[in-house]
Amino acid sequence: MSDLMKVTIDGITVEVAPGTSILNAARQIGGDIVPPAMCYYSKLEGSGGKCRTCIVKVSKGSEKDPRPMPKLVASCRTTVMDGMEVQNITSPEVLEARSGVVEILLINHPLDCPVCDQAGECDLQDLSYEHGLQKTRYEFERRTFERIDIGDKIQLHMNRCILCYRCVFVADQITNKRVHGILNRGDHSEISTYIQTAVDNDFSGNVIDVCPVGALTDKTFRFKNRVWFTKPVDAHRDCNHEKCNGKVTLWYKGADVLRVTARKDQFGEVEEFICNECRFEKKATADWTIEQPTHISDTSVISSNHYETFKPLPVIKENLALQQANKVELEKTSKF
Amino acid sequence: MGRKLLLEHINVPGINTLEVYRQKGGYRAVEKAIKTLTPDEIVEEVKKSGLRGRGGAGFPTGMKWSFLAKPEGVPRYLVCNADESEPGTFKDRYLMNYIPHALIEGMIVSSFALGANTSYIYVRGEMMPQIRILEKAIAEAKAAGFLGQNILGTGYNLELYVQPGGGAYICGEETALLESLEGKRGNPRIKPPFPAIAGLYGCPTVVNNVESIAAVVPIINDGGDEYAKIGIGRSTGTKLISASGNLVKPGVYEIELGLPVEEFIYSDEYCGGIANGKRLKATVAGGSSVPILPANLTLKYANGDPRLMSYESLSEGGFATGTMLGSGGFIAFDEDQCIVRNTWNFARFYHHESCGQCSPCREGTGWLEKVLHRLEYGHGKMSDIDLLVDVSKKIEGNTICPLGDAAAWPVASAIRHFRDEFEWHVKEPVKSLSSNYGLANYAVPIEKKVEEVKQDNL
Repeated sequence: MSDLMKVTIDGITVEVAPGTSILNAARQIGGDIVPPAMCYYSKLEGSGGKCRTCIVKVSKGSEKDPRPMPKLVASCRTTVMDGMEVQNITSPEVLEARSGVVEILLINHPLDCPVCDQAGECDLQDLSYEHGLQKTRYEFERRTFERIDIGDKIQLHMNRCILCYRCVFVADQITNKRVHGILNRGDHSEISTYIQTAVDNDFSGNVIDVCPVGALTDKTFRFKNRVWFTKPVDAHRDCNHEKCNGKVTLWYKGADVLRVTARKDQFGEVEEFICNECRFEKKATADWTIEQPTHISDTSVISSNHYETFKPLPVIKENLALQQANKVELEKTSKF
Repeated sequence: MGRKLLLEHINVPGINTLEVYRQKGGYRAVEKAIKTLTPDEIVEEVKKSGLRGRGGAGFPTGMKWSFLAKPEGVPRYLVCNADESEPGTFKDRYLMNYIPHALIEGMIVSSFALGANTSYIYVRGEMMPQIRILEKAIAEAKAAGFLGQNILGTGYNLELYVQPGGGAYICGEETALLESLEGKRGNPRIKPPFPAIAGLYGCPTVVNNVESIAAVVPIINDGGDEYAKIGIGRSTGTKLISASGNLVKPGVYEIELGLPVEEFIYSDEYCGGIANGKRLKATVAGGSSVPILPANLTLKYANGDPRLMSYESLSEGGFATGTMLGSGGFIAFDEDQCIVRNTWNFARFYHHESCGQCSPCREGTGWLEKVLHRLEYGHGKMSDIDLLVDVSKKIEGNTICPLGDAAAWPVASAIRHFRDEFEWHVKEPVKSLSSNYGLANYAVPIEKKVEEVKQDNL
């Protein structure tokens, strides 16, 4: 008998190691059945379980105990059992509950996407396009906070925060000393550095990367440009910091590097955390060794007019057989 | 006259002192348990007694104890949950106030049964007088040799500490309580792992309500089988009920489970009826988080049989026509009370007490409160009523801890049973500010043997 556990998610069976969460099992399958995750971050221990967007239905507990779980469960914090059957997008109940969570996440969100630096690469934006309502049913004043400068490189815009706690985990686990956290309780709780002490640490900039919304933004990039006008390029440099390997994504506009971020995988998680020197100080092409254009999914708004766009050659326009062969690409170009 | 196990000597002068408590047979259980029984035998007695958790969920205590992991070399803890803060529930405070040694005695026996050498009583921060009473009682017990090193010469050691909380309702949730006890922010943990495996400081821990622990004393004294004879069905023993609201004699009553609700409200032995000659409109049977019921469904099932004070009987009919025993906070509303205002008040409480960790509860409780506030103050719309139902459904079951459910149920049930009154608030915004909807048909007795009982908006 193998040690692997068999789990079926939306009819697709996969074998995973014991102790894997349902969400990570779904990520091994990939595609549409991966539940969205706003607060879970695989690189941060203890994260997850809070935003409730990744809820799924367990229709069969395990081979030994086939009873379904009574409630929808957070897939990021529920470990798989052998023979477990999970419904995600095949269950209307899950989709309804998820759209409820999205609505609830948005009721106090300012929806200021037009002036938000995160727009275009915002998890909440993607999530609400997919699951949200067009109109809110919330008719009360939204909660507001003052903007806070956390050090000279990071700004906290608490209005946009969805309290995923990721930045708290980053400060706990990656930097040496945590000086910020959650203050207050309930819907007036806020992320704050107590008495606004600056987060001063070599790795503090990573809070920007893990923030799923535009609550923590890079002050060196603020209002410089929209992400979909910039071109991401993978690059690296020899970083002196022992914990940073200097592998980053540079975001170009013309010949200028507008910002530097860590490299992100298909689930929006950074591959490796980078130090503040790489992120904030090195903004010249000469500092970096360019590797290749960053692969961006063709469904992302960032790729809308860069690399993946198919420009039909003149010969295709005249040749029917070639048109037929490139049908999908041609349809895509006509969309833009 | 019902049997009293916990409050039998409550009126004896000086029962809060060790001396008088011992004269009335106190600490017999400690001697019996530590000297003659093994820990497993005690767990077995508690299992036999059928004692169910008195804090609200009603989980069998003996079973909870038997789930406790017992790895070698790792300390185990017993934590008493005295963070009683549910609106309408005040039984634990009463018990700790007047007969603190009952809790201490229960703690010693339970700690011995679980093999814990350090135990904590986590008391809500507002109960400062009770904390002092407990500390005094612990000092007395220690001086008499019931606590500390080598108890009664048996070689069993137990240190008992009282820890004041910060006064947050959420710290009554067992994992939030443990976080708070560890000195962290009182956020509920994500389960599994359950405290029985990894609780306080990552060690196996049992968290029990004050009343559950106190009830262990009569179980050990008289035996589990004797205890199981009291009560009805799977609801065994006696239960403290905190009766409040428009009653002639509100207060804490010890009842045998299985007492008819009607008798509890109207008999002179208990609440003595509704105050000022008014009529009963509605009740909340188990503290603010359980569904509210109109008077007719409080007294009878939907089929006309009388409802009893027990775990099963109160939840008969599910959420459609039933409620829950919960923590035993019995609140009665007379005909002059406004259900909308009361629902708003409960929603306000849960909004204030939500810890803010998971999104449905953090944002949803505030939303519920705002919409209910609007309805109560005459700015409501018809669509608000369905909105409330919808929002409460989005919260229920989608949160880490049961606070989300507790916030959603009162709202959903109030609308389920009192929709007329909510609609009246929308239709008569001015009148609803100065007068009340009144009794309407909420107390129309349910007749037996009626095929289709007419209920309000089911």
